[in-house]
Amino acid sequence: MTFDRRDFLKISAGAAGAAAVGGLTGCATSSASVGGAKAKIVVVGAGYGGSTFARYMKMWSPQAHVTVIEPNDFFTSCPFSNTVLGGINSMEDITFSYDTVKKQVDQWVADKVTAIDTGKRTVTTAGGKTFAYDRLVLAGGIELLFDKVEGYDAEARKTIKHGWKAGPDQTGVLRKQLEAMPDGGTFVMSVPMAPYRCPPGPYERACLVATYFKQAKPRSKVIVLDGNPDIASKKGLFLAAWKKHFGYGTDNSMIDYRPNNMPRSVNPKTMMVGTEFDDVKGDVINVVPPMRAAAITGMAGVRDGNNGTWCTIDYRTFESTVVPNVHVLGDSALTNFPKSGSVANNTGKMCAAAIAEILAGRQPDQAPVVTNTCYSATGQGTAFHVATVFRYDAAGNKMVAQKGGGVSKEESELEMAYMESWAKNVWADTLGLPESHNFSVKG
Amino acid sequence: MTLVAAGVLGSVAQAYAVDTRARFMAANCAYCHGPDGKSRGAIPSLAGMDKAYFVDQMKAFRDNTRPNTVMTKHAMGYTDAEYEALGAWFSAIK
Ligand SMILES: Cc1cc2nc3c(=O)[nH]c(=O)nc-3n(C[C@H](O)[C@H](O)[C@H](O)COP(=O)(O)OP(=O)(O)OC[C@H]3O[C@@H](n4cnc5c(N)ncnc54)[C@H](O)[C@@H]3O)c2cc1C
Ligand code: HEC
Repeated sequence: MTFDRRDFLKISAGAAGAAAVGGLTGCATSSASVGGAKAKIVVVGAGYGGSTFARYMKMWSPQAHVTVIEPNDFFTSCPFSNTVLGGINSMEDITFSYDTVKKQVDQWVADKVTAIDTGKRTVTTAGGKTFAYDRLVLAGGIELLFDKVEGYDAEARKTIKHGWKAGPDQTGVLRKQLEAMPDGGTFVMSVPMAPYRCPPGPYERACLVATYFKQAKPRSKVIVLDGNPDIASKKGLFLAAWKKHFGYGTDNSMIDYRPNNMPRSVNPKTMMVGTEFDDVKGDVINVVPPMRAAAITGMAGVRDGNNGTWCTIDYRTFESTVVPNVHVLGDSALTNFPKSGSVANNTGKMCAAAIAEILAGRQPDQAPVVTNTCYSATGQGTAFHVATVFRYDAAGNKMVAQKGGGVSKEESELEMAYMESWAKNVWADTLGLPESHNFSVKG
Repeated sequence: MTLVAAGVLGSVAQAYAVDTRARFMAANCAYCHGPDGKSRGAIPSLAGMDKAYFVDQMKAFRDNTRPNTVMTKHAMGYTDAEYEALGAWFSAIK
């Protein structure tokens, strides 16, 4: 090419976008100037968002230099982790290697980011290494705020698990606690205030634990303490499933659902959970504390939205609206999408597509379309979904849900087969699992 | 000034480059239909599908003339022109 690439690399998504919509998006001066060298892209976090982003960035812009920083040796999926609690799958079934992603990117750093300097454009890890970036992609998921629940200190966390970040020390231990619980025991779980990671997740968890009890410990109960005034997702479908399978609404219901019951305190010695109204005793306690965007977004100063809890982004690029050249993906972003693995996977591609256009000297898509689908399992061989297509509205700078979206008519075995297929495909897409990969997960 | 130049380059580059918008839209189906439309499970593959068949199916989903669990909700979110672009994209995958 005879064009000077530097000129084009200076064009920011924000500026190009602003020109197109005739307004300012808040970061019109951002720049990806890289002096003609390979653009250095540093990705923090290789979950659903970060791993997908890194893979597609390399596929769509092979000339970009992509570094991924991720402390975990393995990818453990939150989706399907409730089926581990239900005894349908094991930890191995939802755990995958990063081998393909590691080969695809230019540099893989097995470490945790501890500091970010957006002025100098550097990222520092716990191991003391510093990495310079032209564009920084933050895909750290969520930070759990234990100090918002009285007594939920480091000692209490040895006994009380949240299971909202899947892994052997969370999902694995919680499953062992359920196995050790005597018949007739009580499982006390909680639902955080919206917006939180995976809106249907807690209600699905109630189904899966009740499934295990029904089969192995039929005199046991699930108490659901919901901080929200009502079931926050797929209400009709969950209520129907609870009634059909777990006696909900009768004296023998295995599920006791309590809205407006936010856990305020936990006590691992007395095994009590305190709410505004009640003290509830559990044999196994599973409290999910309030949450906000991952700690790394705080380090970068991009946790600006919703009273400093989530990160506002430009939907065309997923670039922060407050700090240039910093992009925020997945659960950390403040959007009108549900915080799901499906969305994190898709926003990873959206961000990669936008940066690939910018690196090629073109304007990113000004009318991107993106979709979400969340399946939920009942534990009873059936599943159901909620699905929405979103289209960017430049005038309002927002994503608009298109007509026709919504939930399944009813739970079905066919949808359980599709949910299982969704999981295999989203794992294959996020991690680049080879076509020969043998999945062991069951529906 | 740079923006004008970008516009020129954009149109020049797009004349012989891949349809990157279709590429992204197609990638957006991968979480269910598999990377490159090659499914690892019960959801059908889209890779290599005949374009006319593909477009017909999207229209049938949109109009609800083909029974389905989830595809009507997705098909309703895209335009006819986008069905064409997606069909061209998937049919070209080996
Ligand atoms: C029980 C449960 C069930 C769910 N079921 C579904 C479902 O069925 N379908 C669905 O679509 N979604 C589901 N979800 C939601 C889904 O798990 C999340 O939306 C998704 O994981 C978000 O992706 P992410 O990339 O933002 O974060 P994550 O996937 O959490 O990835 C974040 C990554 O960042 C890394 N990281 C964090 N801090 C640092 C640091 N300082 N330095 C380096 N790396 C760091 C972490 O190690 C991690 O690997 C479920 C969630 C839960 C809890
Ligand atoms: C939530 C998962 C999901 C997503 C996302 C999804 N599909 Fe589908 N698709 C399905 C399922 C399931 C079927 C089978 C029909 C049904 O039950 O809806 C299907 C069927 C199809 C078929 C018919 C295949 C055949 O062999 O006749 C086409 C074409 C199709 N999808 C295209 C797409 C395109 C294009 C996209 C992206 C814009 C997409 N789908 C996104 C789940 C999905």
